[in-house]
Amino acid sequence: MLTIEEVLETIKMVQDENLDIRTITMGISLRDCSDSDHRAACRKIYDKVTRLAGSLVKTGDEIAREYGLPIVNKRISVTPIALVAEASLVENYIEYAQALDRAAAEVGVNFIGGFSALVHKGFTGGDTRLIESIPQALSSTERVCASVNVATSRSGINMDAISMVSRVIKETAALTAGQDSVGCAKLVVFANVPEDNPFMAGAFHGVGEPDCVINTGVSGPGVVKSAIQRAGSADLGALSETIKKTAFKITRMGELVGRTAAKRLGVPFGIVDVSLAPTPAVGDSVAEILEEMGLERCGAPGSTAALALLNDAVKKGGAMASSYVGGLSGAFIPVSEDAGMITAVNDGALSLEKLEAMTAVCSVGLDMIAIPGDTSVETIAAIIADEAAIGVFNHKTTAVRIIPAVGKKIGEQVEFGGLLGRAPIMAVNNFSADNFVRRGGRVPAPIHSLRN
Amino acid sequence: MKDLNESTGSNRIAITVIGPDRVGIIAGVTSILADNGVNILDINQTVMQGYFVMVLMADMDTSSVDLLTLKDLLAKKGEDLQVRIDAQHEDVFKFMHRI
Repeated sequence: MLTIEEVLETIKMVQDENLDIRTITMGISLRDCSDSDHRAACRKIYDKVTRLAGSLVKTGDEIAREYGLPIVNKRISVTPIALVAEASLVENYIEYAQALDRAAAEVGVNFIGGFSALVHKGFTGGDTRLIESIPQALSSTERVCASVNVATSRSGINMDAISMVSRVIKETAALTAGQDSVGCAKLVVFANVPEDNPFMAGAFHGVGEPDCVINTGVSGPGVVKSAIQRAGSADLGALSETIKKTAFKITRMGELVGRTAAKRLGVPFGIVDVSLAPTPAVGDSVAEILEEMGLERCGAPGSTAALALLNDAVKKGGAMASSYVGGLSGAFIPVSEDAGMITAVNDGALSLEKLEAMTAVCSVGLDMIAIPGDTSVETIAAIIADEAAIGVFNHKTTAVRIIPAVGKKIGEQVEFGGLLGRAPIMAVNNFSADNFVRRGGRVPAPIHSLRN
Repeated sequence: MKDLNESTGSNRIAITVIGPDRVGIIAGVTSILADNGVNILDINQTVMQGYFVMVLMADMDTSSVDLLTLKDLLAKKGEDLQVRIDAQHEDVFKFMHRI
């Protein structure tokens, strides 16, 4: 029989420490929705998404109530649209984005991911058309998220793709200038993108996945912070042990909810993404965990080491708690979505360069960073290339979700509201990388990619 | 492996009551359970930081209502008694604390 302490520990995690399931994400293959007539393809897409995900939100809400465990988001990821739309003869894929948006609205999910292309080695016609469609797709829809994979450890870094996407980021910022360039918050540029990531905005349903699958993403920075607080002046080994045990408990909840949801929806269960995903709520912050570990502010010297310890302990605890771990699985350090990170930037403790260093030891990358609107395409491309290099040469996922906020300068901030939060404009090193970026071509894969 | 990853398949729930101590809390909760055919397996109570805390394990096999309905009934009773009453499936605790 359970003890009263155990029951109360769980309840305290939910009520006081913001434990929740961040997302249950239904992955849906749209490979059977291709058609030379794009209108027919869009119809098939809408029909399939609404058919399979029709009861996703209702099921999620029921499970949340029965277990007394909030499930914050119910979302959908689909096959990269570049693959699905390529067979059609249209010049741009905006209608595909709009079909996804309508389907997402119909089933009641707040985001649908997969307006995506995988171009780490080069472009097909469909890839180019998709990427060129992103600015309009993101500015004319509400729920659609886009992503582009520009590099992998096996194929290197496609600088041409990075340049193209950087231009697309600027165009998206301009088209959504009226809302603080929010379009860019729905566009992620990846290196080594995982194909089963349940977290937005970078989620899509990979080509090796089944027809339909349920993946879950857990959260719980507040629970980890409280556990560290209770550990007092424990040394770093003991701290790691505390974090592992806490991550185990958090991940078990993801496993339970994922398996229950999959069973009730009659689809296979995929993975639990063992991540610490912050929200703008106070007490739900990864930066605050680092500060609880002994840093005055996130971004202080020692931040990379502290984050490495945290990230590793979360993975070790999480891996024991779930039979299938996947997705991004690591601590997230988005700026706008984490109250502690915002404070650190405002206090001058956290710079873009320190963030970049920190992304070498956690997932995902430079996430939800607002920079001055007049930052050049080449500088954005160079920032993305740096981040991709960290991922490619260290065999890990990295990503960039950067917002060159039109008309904004350092000292100002952008305000997205909700889970996307608000972000201070961060300083960018403006020495030029133009000539490097303009060389174009592809950075070859690192020597240690030759593993066979 | 099955035990580790599958729901226990039981119909057991944990009912928690948290709030200032007062007359009639246990009576209020148990009468709802009795009225709806929910069998009480175990009751534990303690006082923590001045608050009355009770955890009651129950079996819903013979229950005449489903868990979500029962939750609503208990929550409403909690409002009358000025305490917080919640009911959750046992799996959420088993998954977290038992391997």
